[in-house]
Amino acid sequence: MDADIIIIGAGVVGAALAYGIAKKGHKVIVLDGKDRDLRAARANFGLVWVQGKGSDTPAYTELTLQSSDLWPTFRQELAEAAGSRVDYSRRGGLAFCLSEADYQAREALLERTHNRQRQAYTEMLGRHALERMLPAVTLGNAVVGASYCELDGHTNPLQLYAALLAAVSTLGSQVRFRTPVTAIKPMSGGFEVDTLQGGVRARRVIVAAGLATPGLTDPLGLVVPLYAERGQILVTERLAPMLPLPASGLRQTSEGTMMIGATNEKAFDTGVTIQSAIKLAHRAQRIIPALGSVRLVRQWSGLRVLSPDKAPIYAESTRHAGLFAAVCHSGVTLAAAHAAIVGPAMAEGQLPQNLAAFSNGRFDVQKCA
Amino acid sequence: MTYDVLIVGAGPAGMSAAVQLSRLGLAVVVVDEQPAPGGQIWRGVERNKSGPLSQALGEDYRKGLSLVETFRASPAEYMPETQVWHIEEGWSVFLTSGGRARRVCARVLLFATGAQERPVPFPGWTLPGVMTVGAAQILLKSGGMLPQGRVWIAGAGPLPLLYATQALDLRGQLSGYLDTSGRPGLAALQKLPGAWRDLAGLAKGAGWLRALRRKIEFVRDVKDLRAEGEGRLQHIEWSTQGRRRRVEADVLLVHQGVVPRIHETLALGCAHDWRADQGYFAPRLDRWGETSRPGLFVAGDAGGIGGWSAAMVSGEIVALAIAARLGKGGDVEELRRQARLDDRLAKALALRPLLDALYPPPRERLADETIVCRCEDVTAGTIRAATRTSVPDPNAVKAATRCGMGPCQGRQCGYTVQALLAEVHGVPAGSVAFFNIRPPLKPITLSEIASLEDMETAG
Amino acid sequence: MFKSVLEGSAAAPDMMVMVNGVETPAWNGETVASILLRVPNVGRTSPVSGKPRLPYCQMGVCFDCLAVVDGIASTQGCLVAVRPGMRIDIQRGPREIAR
Repeated sequence: MDADIIIIGAGVVGAALAYGIAKKGHKVIVLDGKDRDLRAARANFGLVWVQGKGSDTPAYTELTLQSSDLWPTFRQELAEAAGSRVDYSRRGGLAFCLSEADYQAREALLERTHNRQRQAYTEMLGRHALERMLPAVTLGNAVVGASYCELDGHTNPLQLYAALLAAVSTLGSQVRFRTPVTAIKPMSGGFEVDTLQGGVRARRVIVAAGLATPGLTDPLGLVVPLYAERGQILVTERLAPMLPLPASGLRQTSEGTMMIGATNEKAFDTGVTIQSAIKLAHRAQRIIPALGSVRLVRQWSGLRVLSPDKAPIYAESTRHAGLFAAVCHSGVTLAAAHAAIVGPAMAEGQLPQNLAAFSNGRFDVQKCA
Repeated sequence: MTYDVLIVGAGPAGMSAAVQLSRLGLAVVVVDEQPAPGGQIWRGVERNKSGPLSQALGEDYRKGLSLVETFRASPAEYMPETQVWHIEEGWSVFLTSGGRARRVCARVLLFATGAQERPVPFPGWTLPGVMTVGAAQILLKSGGMLPQGRVWIAGAGPLPLLYATQALDLRGQLSGYLDTSGRPGLAALQKLPGAWRDLAGLAKGAGWLRALRRKIEFVRDVKDLRAEGEGRLQHIEWSTQGRRRRVEADVLLVHQGVVPRIHETLALGCAHDWRADQGYFAPRLDRWGETSRPGLFVAGDAGGIGGWSAAMVSGEIVALAIAARLGKGGDVEELRRQARLDDRLAKALALRPLLDALYPPPRERLADETIVCRCEDVTAGTIRAATRTSVPDPNAVKAATRCGMGPCQGRQCGYTVQALLAEVHGVPAGSVAFFNIRPPLKPITLSEIASLEDMETAG
Repeated sequence: MFKSVLEGSAAAPDMMVMVNGVETPAWNGETVASILLRVPNVGRTSPVSGKPRLPYCQMGVCFDCLAVVDGIASTQGCLVAVRPGMRIDIQRGPREIAR
């Protein structure tokens, strides 16, 4: 065997799993694809976000809460292990409402999502409360209020990603870039993973290859229904600090740049469009009109990795024990849970009962395919 | 409105193509970042047609005036001080000028965007007082500006020689010239026979060199250049023949050749090739200047450095092809022969192989502390560390270090990152890609973008 | 750091511009970037390091000539010709946007 566990996919999900597993003393080999493969890990917005998550899947809400609470420790240990900086703050987060209808819909969503959990951590803020919270900002007339969740936070997702990769190496495991996987072959006592650079063997395999996952797991009977949704994001030049806490679709990074996002589109490539830039710029200006004078430096897009109910899939093959799939949209928010809970569980070969709700068995696979 | 042809750049290539195309009755618009036509080579040529600058700037400079005048008189529409910030298939070109965004459409696009100076970082290159020779020459052409105090030039190539000659003619002060090019090798000598086709050009360069060495301190074989100072340039330091020297300096002008401007063609996904001898990427063009994307053409230095006279000819060649594409061409092969375009191009390019051999891209090892990315202040050491445990993928380095994420979009750091990645991984530079270029091509305000909403709903 | 050869000549400047509120002579064809090099202490500072910077390339590719021109911030000074009465203000560090 070349390693205890092979993880296919060195995105933010695969890297967080690998970090958590390596920390437990297992030897991991992470296999990454080609330079130009889809890379949501380099395209995302950077929220560590609780509000509204899992409105129809309570287990997802619960896991998100858990991960959000694990984040401060996770971040500190990760930064130490990697010897690098991972900006993170948790001062709560906002979702601006730009009309009465918007406000009411948001209120209803939060009640549905969070009322059955701890009640205290989300609230609706009227315009005046919002203005007190954001003294350096003049809000646009359209802003009616916002939902607020004190558990929300944000990080620098690129620093997070770089630190995860660095920590995996520091902990004695290995990331092999430019090693696209062509097939997974069960063998006695484990698996052989075929790559363009030859075979790699391990007792267990976790496929965390985002949208490329089904192509590797479906042939082995581990069917993972996924679809892609494109999100386009804008980022501006650096500004003096003005937004003390992040909002859904608008956050100021620790560098000072303002990130504006994100669209939800049916698309299968990572192109960008003027229509989306116009829409995003317009909305940002409706929230904070002074942003109109700020320069856009870059526009990009990524593909969200979504299951039919938008919650993560953590599943083990029923046919081949030791073959797992781990795919989700919120790889940043869930990074702490992936490192502390999901990764180690898969490494031990046993998904705990509280993760059973994320099995692929919850979907009628026939219908989804 | 929809134009037949949109040309980006009003330098030698863009103007000559515009003149030809509008002569054939095509609706042409020329978009240019500068306030007046001429490109960098003939910058300010209209305002300098008389006065003290005209004589000093030389004959090649004055030659630009007639093309500028022909261009001004042509029916081609001209949009100065206008930047292209995005292009969409079809072709929709998004422009900004005076803080207002707009979209224009064209059936064919021609990039005649010219060159930029190759950014060559060294310790201290971000200090006020350090700038490129090209920048100083532009200041001379556009406002008659000369550097003051203790002024040093460091670098290689014909441009610093020309600039030094021009500055001295105008009684500018130069303290010294640091030649970083090293001794010409055998490779350069082998290129000499071909260069005889441009005897005048050869003689000119040799003349500049001789005159300079009489007038100012001329130091050969300069290595390990460093600029130092508190808040501005105060000293420069270099090594020559094993000795380190340090002098006081107020202005340091540097130059290491020029490279094509390829951000537009990269952003549009055109195929590019690595030119190892010149050390740059150039868009892959057919013999008519068309890129790998149909309807998208390149003329002049943007397609590979050839200088202004080659750029003019290539503008004419591309104009023939575009006219044919739009049904106005006739027998373009015959027209190409009649106008002896290939002959003229060959003559214009005769000196190039010699120049490439005399002034190869610099290959000095960068000190770890050197800032590579001026926008984000990322050092060579940080880039080396980021790639050491990874693969030579500049986009991975960008994500890990922010190098190339600032407003210049990698225009200053792209080739340096490529060289550092090649060095760390022990692979040829050409095997390392350039950054992914994301829109916008130039930073634009959110209100300008949002202002397009009306247009979008109306359209 | 730079001086125009026209400055010394008897000819009057072509126009006056306001640099940080101070009236300053300027010549036709000059750009904002050239003013930043002629007038002391009006260059930008890096929003990353806070260190002073001055125009480096003059051809639109280095972004070290950013200035506030007639109220529009982060304008590339080398791409804007001076006009009579133009207001040029320093841009220091990360931008503060109006409340």
